[in-house]
Amino acid sequence: MRSDPNKAGWGLKAATWAGVLFLHIPLALIILYAFSAEDKSYVFPPPGLTTQWFAAAWARDDVWAAIGLSFRVALIATGIAMVLGTLAAAGLARTRFFGRDAVSLLLILPIALPGIITGIALRTAYHTMEIPFSFWTIVIGHATFCVVVVYNNAVARLRRTSPSLIEASMDLGADTFQTIRYVILPQLGSALLAGGLLAFALSFDEVIVTTFTAGQQTTLPIWMLQELIRPRQRPVTNVVAVVVIALTFIPILAAYYLTRSDEQPSSR
Amino acid sequence: MNTMTLPAPAASGGGPLRRLSDLLYTRRGLALGLLLVPPLLWFGVVYLGSLFALLANSFFGLDEFSGVVDRSQLTLANFREMLQPANVDVVLRTVAMAVAVTVACTAIAFPIAFYMARYARGSQKALLYIAVMLPLWSSYLVRLYAWKLLLAKEGAISWVLAELHLSWVLEALLATPGIGGNSLSFSRLGTFIVFVYMWLPFMILPIQAAIERIPGSLLEASSDLGAKGSTTFWKVIFPLAMPGIAAGSIFTFSLTLGDYIIPQVIGDSTLFIGQVVYRQQGVAGNIPFAAAFSLVPIVVIGVYLWIAKKLGAFDAL
Repeated sequence: MRSDPNKAGWGLKAATWAGVLFLHIPLALIILYAFSAEDKSYVFPPPGLTTQWFAAAWARDDVWAAIGLSFRVALIATGIAMVLGTLAAAGLARTRFFGRDAVSLLLILPIALPGIITGIALRTAYHTMEIPFSFWTIVIGHATFCVVVVYNNAVARLRRTSPSLIEASMDLGADTFQTIRYVILPQLGSALLAGGLLAFALSFDEVIVTTFTAGQQTTLPIWMLQELIRPRQRPVTNVVAVVVIALTFIPILAAYYLTRSDEQPSSR
Repeated sequence: MNTMTLPAPAASGGGPLRRLSDLLYTRRGLALGLLLVPPLLWFGVVYLGSLFALLANSFFGLDEFSGVVDRSQLTLANFREMLQPANVDVVLRTVAMAVAVTVACTAIAFPIAFYMARYARGSQKALLYIAVMLPLWSSYLVRLYAWKLLLAKEGAISWVLAELHLSWVLEALLATPGIGGNSLSFSRLGTFIVFVYMWLPFMILPIQAAIERIPGSLLEASSDLGAKGSTTFWKVIFPLAMPGIAAGSIFTFSLTLGDYIIPQVIGDSTLFIGQVVYRQQGVAGNIPFAAAFSLVPIVVIGVYLWIAKKLGAFDAL
């Protein structure tokens, strides 16, 4: 139909770029609103631009407390997820055994099922066992759904790494631990770092499971959610939103560059 | 490869660490067990344990006077309660929304995925990939907040439509029963738009991966045999992209079923499954009923996964 099958039609191009705009205009708008001089409504276009709200947000203790809590939760949850995810990936990457698929399904389940299921399940378990809400009740939930992110990255890299490297190392006289230390970990390093960064971003941003496991504690997403439902000081929320975007973009982009070669399909 | 001669343990010195190392190398089953025990223990105790607690609680009742969960006997009262018309409405409304969101996401995602896989090259391809991946990973709440700004009565969408002299379109939509409301941010239509926006990247990436896997030779064969571009598309590309669509739809469907924050922030005040679960466990303190109600999305998703499996969705995961 078309003269050159390797050229996209204008309709397809337009649909593609319209879709990309649809994905990104809301994010751009958030940045614009952080500078809006209007503080009572969401009026567009903003009547004036100012940077005063950045200072106002900086001075807010509740924002800092929420960021601090989210940071600590994300750090520990990521740590646990990296250990468990790496072990699971090492166990499952190149093996075949009965129940292997069940194990990998189990790892994926916390993000394949809606977050609300993980949330209400944990809430029910805590309630049944009379475990009071604490820092650790949040961490346990986050670590559980972060494992799969680390696992996915590590498994993709392990499958790309040639097993003959390990055999060569063993043939040359290295023992299992030396092989792990000098051959496997250097191969795996950047994939683990990427997995850890994504797990951190996921935990730092998670709200649905957290609302079931936090009790009265306020993580940054819960602070944000409270502002969404009952806005108290809109300009401060706008500024926090921009900061959150900036903070999450960094680990995501870093993770992308670290695992670029894993993502490329090998068929082309 | 596994039949290669093993290094002689005697020659490698006799330290306990070395012996352990050799043991791990020769007994692959032991090494596998040691690797898998910690994650399995965590998931078995924390995750499966919690899911089991959820299932068990759905059969408990609430003592009417004290409001304490009664664990002494099992009851089906929660499930009878779920059959009340109001609760059935909630389920139907949520499933209908999930279907609508899935269809809309497919329609918007397909051209993007198709272009990314078949036409984009080099840096443009990388750019598109990042453009799809960034929203997927970036803050859910911030993106939701952005839509509150966009959809507000005084917000950007109203302004753009007014500038284009199209405000009457918006007013007509908002006056439509079922999808309308006071403003976009308090309408079912608004909820729908935000759901589509939120889950779109989850649909684009699997479709792109599916199209990417179609060998170029198939398309050449199709055109060599005289098929027009559109025939090749419908007879070759689209059927081979189906597993990707099915895989993406699992995300859009499951995420919509379980979300309670989007309809709470953007929408008319009718309830979705997630909101009922959240309220029952929180304000109402009725964990058993919340537990029973949260089984609904699990069952619906189970049925959906079964259908998707029939369509071959898992080949694309």
